[in-house]
Order: sequence, then structure tokens, then C-alpha cells
Amino acid sequence: MARDEALPELLDDRDPDYIRDTLPAAWLLATLWHRAEIRGLENIPESGPVLLVGNHSGGNTAPDTFAFALAFASYFGVERRFHQLAHKLVMASPGIGAFLKKHGTIEASHENAETALNAGAAVLVYPGGDWDVHRPSWQSGRVDFARRTGFLKLAIRTGVPIVPVVSIGGQETLFVLTRGEALSKALGLHRFRLKVLPVSLVIPWGVTVGDFIPRLPFPAKLTTQVLPPIDLKEKFGDDPDLDEAYDYVTGTMQTTLDVLASERRFPVLG
Amino acid sequence: MCSRLNAASRCWGNDVRLEESVEIRAARDVIWEVLADAERHPMFMAGLTRWDVQNGPEMRCGTRINMRMKVGSAQVGSLIEVTEFEPSADLAWNSVTGIDQRGRWRLREVGPDRTKVTLRLAYQAPGGLIGWVVDQIGARDVRRNLRRSVESLKDQVEAGVGRAPAPRAG
Repeated sequence: MARDEALPELLDDRDPDYIRDTLPAAWLLATLWHRAEIRGLENIPESGPVLLVGNHSGGNTAPDTFAFALAFASYFGVERRFHQLAHKLVMASPGIGAFLKKHGTIEASHENAETALNAGAAVLVYPGGDWDVHRPSWQSGRVDFARRTGFLKLAIRTGVPIVPVVSIGGQETLFVLTRGEALSKALGLHRFRLKVLPVSLVIPWGVTVGDFIPRLPFPAKLTTQVLPPIDLKEKFGDDPDLDEAYDYVTGTMQTTLDVLASERRFPVLG
Repeated sequence: MCSRLNAASRCWGNDVRLEESVEIRAARDVIWEVLADAERHPMFMAGLTRWDVQNGPEMRCGTRINMRMKVGSAQVGSLIEVTEFEPSADLAWNSVTGIDQRGRWRLREVGPDRTKVTLRLAYQAPGGLIGWVVDQIGARDVRRNLRRSVESLKDQVEAGVGRAPAPRAG
């Protein structure tokens, strides 16, 4: 889509040719290792800005994010501008940060998300962030955004629709025993926006504290369901009540996650 | 003599070429009537998850269609453009964006009211060696879809579907 304004520098690093060349590797991982199923992509508006709101699973490797990014790029084409928000510590990781930037990942902040939406992009956010992605694995079927409402304010301010993206299986690619929020606080990590320090069972290291070292994800089946768009102003009026909107969006996602959970017969195998 | 590395490079530099044929008990123009209507294709093309005709429904050179087919965990495909439109003979296309592909429906008479219908598809995933591996794995699904497509076309034409106008959305 032609735009009058120059592209903001923040969004410059995304490289469609690079994304295109890496799609086969993502396809192999998603298809053979995770048997990923992404349903409902046709619910995403064909063009224009959209705020994709997901529940976050699988620790820092977030395999369902890769599977969804593959599905999005294959379905809409790498030409469509698509950005994902990630924690600044992930973006600062040597190698990983540069790789993610080429895929369109930008540091998580309200300002960055708004910049991308104003540029006409589809933007994927995980309101639950590190709290959600490191929830204990037995809470895999729970949508938990810790009542963070920034994504709602962003959608209202920019006037873009919210499209919920509900996934299951990611929390079975590692087994999180506890978020370790008390440990994080005791070590003062909360000052670096690290509210959790998860204790997990992972391959090949066994039990780990924190989620910083590379690991092999368990080959859990991933299933993602994309839901129809929600226009907050249309649904709740010009000045939506945030609590009401939060309950509606997360409630809709929880209902879908319950259905996805009911389809699973075995842990990891799906 | 080529080195082994060169041979391997050539190997994964090649596209995947698939071809499926079927003999249909109908005249070429009856089958063409079905193929020339872009909106009918989802009724016989197996595995299609998306088929958005941008300037249809009648096919002609330049018609563009956004098509996807489910292969593994992704809906892969391209924006394709019709490049050859020879009534009752050949319908060919090339990709504009997405996966590099070219394809062809080919109709040839083999007797009175008997036509050989061939569907060809050649494609190549990006990504060098990994793309080649993906092509080989995905070809099984694609080949099955092509086989089902020509068989479904045969069933529909021989059942007389080609003589009725396609139902229109809305």
C-alpha cells in the first residue's frame, strides 16, 4: 500500500526477502516438530492496521509465535507489513535480536506499537508478556493478562480492530514449575522489568532457573485459533469501560481456549 | 565431471514438477466451460483454502487470483496471473508474488467426446537447501491434491455439472 509519509525508522529493519528465505525452516519446525495448526486466518482483515492480541506460551522461545508468523506471512504474503512486540531483553540478545528485527519484531512499548499501527501494519502483542508466557504448565489452558489494559487503550486510541489469537500447546514445549516471582523480587530483577524468574523442566538441561539459555522445545502439538475482529467503540461506545472491555476480550479468548483444550487428549502429543 | 557439491546445488536449484492426467468422457468445449469460469475452480480443486479472483469470474489473459493450498502447517501459494488462454486447449498461469509457481490445464481430444485432461504444476520454495527439503516433503500433499482435482473435475463434468451455471455468492 502506498503511503505519503516516510516509513518510521523504527520499522526499517524488517526485511521481506529475508523473511521469505527463512519461511521453509519455520515450515519444517512448525510442520514436523510441532504439527502446528493455525485456523481462522480469514478472520484477519485483508488490509489495513490490525491489533492481533495473543495469549503467550512456550517461554522465551515462544514456538507458537513462530508458527503464527509463518502462517501469517504465507497467507497474506511477506509484502504485508507485520510486526511483533518483544521484551527489550529478548531484543538485546546477541544474534537473536538482529534475527527478530529482520522479521519485524520491535521492542515492546505502547509508543512502538502505535507507530507500527499508524504505518498501517498488523501488530501482534502479548498483553500478558512474561507473566503469561511463564505461567505454570498446568495453567496452559488459562488466559492470564494480569489485568493489563494497555492493549485496549492502544486499540481505542488508534481506532484499529482487535483480532484475538488464541493458542494452546506452547506451554507443553517446556514444563514451567513456578513463575518464581518471589525469587525475581528477592534478586531485584523487577527493576529490569523482569517480574518473574521461572523454574522449569527443559531439554537438555533438566531443571533450570530463568529462561535465558537455549534449549530444545518438547515436540508439543500447537493449535492456534484466530477469532473475528472486535471493534471496541462499536461494541462499547465511544468511551469504552476498560474493565468491561478487558473481561469481554479475555472472556472470548478463554472460551476459545477451553474448546482448544478440550480437543487435546494427551500432553505434548495433543 | 561435476563435483558432488555442484551436483547437489543443481539438485536443490530445481523446481518440483508434478503432472496428473485423466481421461474424461466429454468434448473439450464442455470441459473448457468449467475451467474458463474462475469461480468454479474451488468446486473441483482439492486442498484450496483461498481462491480470490481479482478480476473475474471469466478467465482471460491477465486474470489474477490469490490462491492458497494447505501444505503442512501453512497455507502456501501465490498471487497468480493467467498467461495463456487458448479456448478448449490450454489455460496456463505464472505467479506474481508468493511461492514461485507455474501451472497449466491442457485439454487434448483422444476420440469422439473423449478428452485427455492434464494438470501440471511446477513450483519452488525459497531458502536454498532447506527450501528444497521442504519441496520434497510438501510434494506428497500437493501431488495428492492435484490427483484429486483432476478426478473431481472428471466426476463433475461427467455428471453434467459443466452444463449448469456456477452458483454465485450472495
